[in-house]
Amino acid sequence: MDQSKIRNFCIIAHIDHGKSTLADRIIEMTGLLTSREMQAQVLDNMDLERERGITIKAQTVRTVYRAKDGEEYIFNLIDTPGHVDFNYEVSRSLAACDGAILVVDAAQGIEAQTLANVYLALDHDLDVMPVINKIDLPSADPERVINEIEDIIGIEAQDAPRISAKTGENVEEVLEQIVAKIPAPVGDAKAPLKALIFDSVYDSYRGVIVFCRIKEGAVRRGTPILMMATGARAEVVEVGYFGAGQFIPCEELSAGMVGYITASLKNVKETRVGDTVTNADIPCAEPLPGYKKVNSMVFCGMYPADGAKYPDLRDALEKLQLNDAALQFEPETSVALGFGFRCGFLGLLHLEIIQERLEREYNLDLVTTAPSVIYKVHKTNGEVMELTNPSNLPDPSEIEYMEEPIVSAEIMVTTEFIGSIMQLCEERRGVYLGMEYMEETRALLKYDLPLNEIIYDFFDALKSRSRGYASFDYEMKGYERSELVKLDILVNREEVDALSFIVHGATAYERGRKMCEKLKEEIPRQLFEIPIQAAIGSKIIARETVKAMRKDVLAKCYGGDITRKKKLLEKQKEGKKRMRQVGNVEIPQKAFMSVLKLDDK
Amino acid sequence: MISKMELYIHIPFCIRKCAYCDFLSFPAGEERKRAYVEALREEIGGAAERGDVTTIFLGGGTPSVLSGEEIGILMETVRSHYRVLPGAEISLEANPGTLTAEKLAAWREAGINRLSIGLQSADNRELRTLGRIHTWEEFLEGYRMARKAGFENINIDLMSALPGQSSRTWRETLLKVTALEPEHISAYSLIVEEGTPFYEKYGEDARRREEGLACSWLPSEEEERQMYYDTKGILGEKGYGRYEISNYARKGYECRHNCGYWRRESYRGFGLGASSLVEEVRFKNTSCMEEYLGRDFSRREEERLSKEAQMEEFMFLGLRLAEGISTEEFCRKFGCAYAEVYGKVTKELLAKKLLCQENQRIFLTEQGIDVSNYVIAEFLF
Repeated sequence: MDQSKIRNFCIIAHIDHGKSTLADRIIEMTGLLTSREMQAQVLDNMDLERERGITIKAQTVRTVYRAKDGEEYIFNLIDTPGHVDFNYEVSRSLAACDGAILVVDAAQGIEAQTLANVYLALDHDLDVMPVINKIDLPSADPERVINEIEDIIGIEAQDAPRISAKTGENVEEVLEQIVAKIPAPVGDAKAPLKALIFDSVYDSYRGVIVFCRIKEGAVRRGTPILMMATGARAEVVEVGYFGAGQFIPCEELSAGMVGYITASLKNVKETRVGDTVTNADIPCAEPLPGYKKVNSMVFCGMYPADGAKYPDLRDALEKLQLNDAALQFEPETSVALGFGFRCGFLGLLHLEIIQERLEREYNLDLVTTAPSVIYKVHKTNGEVMELTNPSNLPDPSEIEYMEEPIVSAEIMVTTEFIGSIMQLCEERRGVYLGMEYMEETRALLKYDLPLNEIIYDFFDALKSRSRGYASFDYEMKGYERSELVKLDILVNREEVDALSFIVHGATAYERGRKMCEKLKEEIPRQLFEIPIQAAIGSKIIARETVKAMRKDVLAKCYGGDITRKKKLLEKQKEGKKRMRQVGNVEIPQKAFMSVLKLDDK
Repeated sequence: MISKMELYIHIPFCIRKCAYCDFLSFPAGEERKRAYVEALREEIGGAAERGDVTTIFLGGGTPSVLSGEEIGILMETVRSHYRVLPGAEISLEANPGTLTAEKLAAWREAGINRLSIGLQSADNRELRTLGRIHTWEEFLEGYRMARKAGFENINIDLMSALPGQSSRTWRETLLKVTALEPEHISAYSLIVEEGTPFYEKYGEDARRREEGLACSWLPSEEEERQMYYDTKGILGEKGYGRYEISNYARKGYECRHNCGYWRRESYRGFGLGASSLVEEVRFKNTSCMEEYLGRDFSRREEERLSKEAQMEEFMFLGLRLAEGISTEEFCRKFGCAYAEVYGKVTKELLAKKLLCQENQRIFLTEQGIDVSNYVIAEFLF
């Protein structure tokens, strides 16, 4: 394979700027698929992704383009996940490319994610080729956006194609520029095998399918391979490349190519994204740089609503884990919720995605506890404990001090909302680092924020306080010492372990009060009065009361009423089945979830 | 062939719809009423279910909007197709604003021996709020006429927990009514039903009260319960025993027809939207007047009750009665021990003092009545 005829690239964009639509057009216009075969947005193939308009798992497709110079070029379009939770996956996908197409919305211009993605691409030495999309919008202003790209990012953009991916207008020009501007891969096909894993999926027939970019050397059926970080070894069964929506086997993958390897590997954990594949007999000297094990940042308890479904939940989590090495889980028990799992996620979106998939694809009814981050608990005996479940916090007398994870956040916002967004960040214990004006009407705010302040509802609050205009990106910064306390919730004087959480001392009162108020709304009245209390240790800091049910009686029930009234009672009884018994109080399952959304003003 | 049964005849007409009423009832002209009576006669004549009739209840709506003659024709039709047992209780519901000496005499003539008068309140301001067509004074006149006509078994319907009602006005209503010495009093706590003008106005209030919050128009939950306790107290003093959640009577004057519903006796309902329970099948008539007048008497919403459903109903209806249910009767009816089916739940509810057990009977305690929906729901499978 002639390397000069290969182009490996990705498309980067802020959410909704048209990344997937452009990908669809490229695939369509390179002729691999007819228009009729195209599903709307070929690359996002999970239902959930299509509904939310985001990409979760990187998808890759190989197409053939006959350029105006009469030559045929192989395009490997590597799709990148579009969310901050999947930053590491983005970075590995970028490392598999030689260039990137930057899609910017002609009306909205540059957003926080645009910047973050561009910097990430530049960090990987990718040539970034801007494309102005959505020129068909009435509010489109391509010239302004081009100037913005040059001023803010500092890359040349005057000859950026002005396109409408939706209508297909000028997309041809994008294809030509890919040939002209994205560099061809380099790499010695005779050297020992060195390939970067940028994704893997599990297939029940073939085992793990490893997606990789061959940097040096070649791989074919029978090659003994070694994953340099995990140490897993196997013999290659099949190699091939990515058709749209299908795997197409080939003889050999060599330096510069993008494709897949199967080797009857049974677990995606052995084929970690970012790891280097080499020839076990003739290994390369050094692995590719940048591998790191992705760690869960956000944890929560997941319980089946129906306790009998516990084995089903375990099976479902195991199946999801086959395709998602970042998903962690281990069994745990809650007094209130019974048997379940403590699950670890890359971020809140990842959590929500897993939760939705469990509910939709596996038909499970779940109760999820408040998400938590990993706290470092420095104990008086010198031990450092990593705490993922608030219930496991040692007695305060055994704690020297605690640390919590901090992220560096960048928020892009139009100037009129700077005040309200700064106020939000202050409320969330943000440390102001600075502000840069991107242009007259927009600024980039920089804050350090504790992760536990943004995992609940920060994104929603950000959107509602900026009428949807603020965009947000963050990365882990490290751990900082913090005055943290464990807030317990007592229902009818009994502690409900599933509702405990760790909070900063200064916001504990406020949170405790809101939790009690919310629970009061959610817990239906019962035969006796139910106090709901928030406590730090033995100190009660907030209280609400669910008054006893005084009256629930049908005044009339004659011949014509019986069937209808019985149905009403059946409904009442049905509702009770969806409750959790804590002590002698029935708590509806949704009460456990409702406390996650306290900032609903 | 069913040995014994009750009959219900629905008259879906009234002078004017009251603001709280969600019954199948509406004003109609003379011609329509005549046509309806004709349809009723055909339905009664053609019904397949036959048996000896223990009670008849003409309900509505306001059956008293029919002329004395029409009631007479209806009763004649019943008697020509059913054997009405001697001593059968035959009730008719009447609006105080529709009573005349002529009608009352004609009803006596037709064999009506029990009158149920919808008074609702003795306070004229409350009557206006409810949208009633009569005053307290008009009721008094009608009541005296009824006594004069020879009615010796009279029920008076009352409503508590009305918007703007106070404990004081409710007590006054009870005292004024008991002074007349009717044989029976039904005292209902107002239900704000969806689809009524009351719902538009007080629905939000009713919802708030359900959640234990303060109301702007309706009496609070505490006041509502206090009125309920006062009812039992005052009526008890005056010699009326509570035999069902909302029904009070002098000894021997309990409404036999209604008790039949709670004891699950067979009943056949005639007329628009009327329900029936015959040989453990529940069904009802069409609620569409055009269909009914077009002689469509087919069974709607037919449900053959499983043994479980029968047990549920046995409990859910039987517990409305002050005497409750008999475990021995349960055993006889269903062929299995009560404790086997409901032992566990009964034990729990006894422990919570919501139920009481005496001499193989199980019944609701005072507190159990207040939250009877909760208690009854426990007996559903």
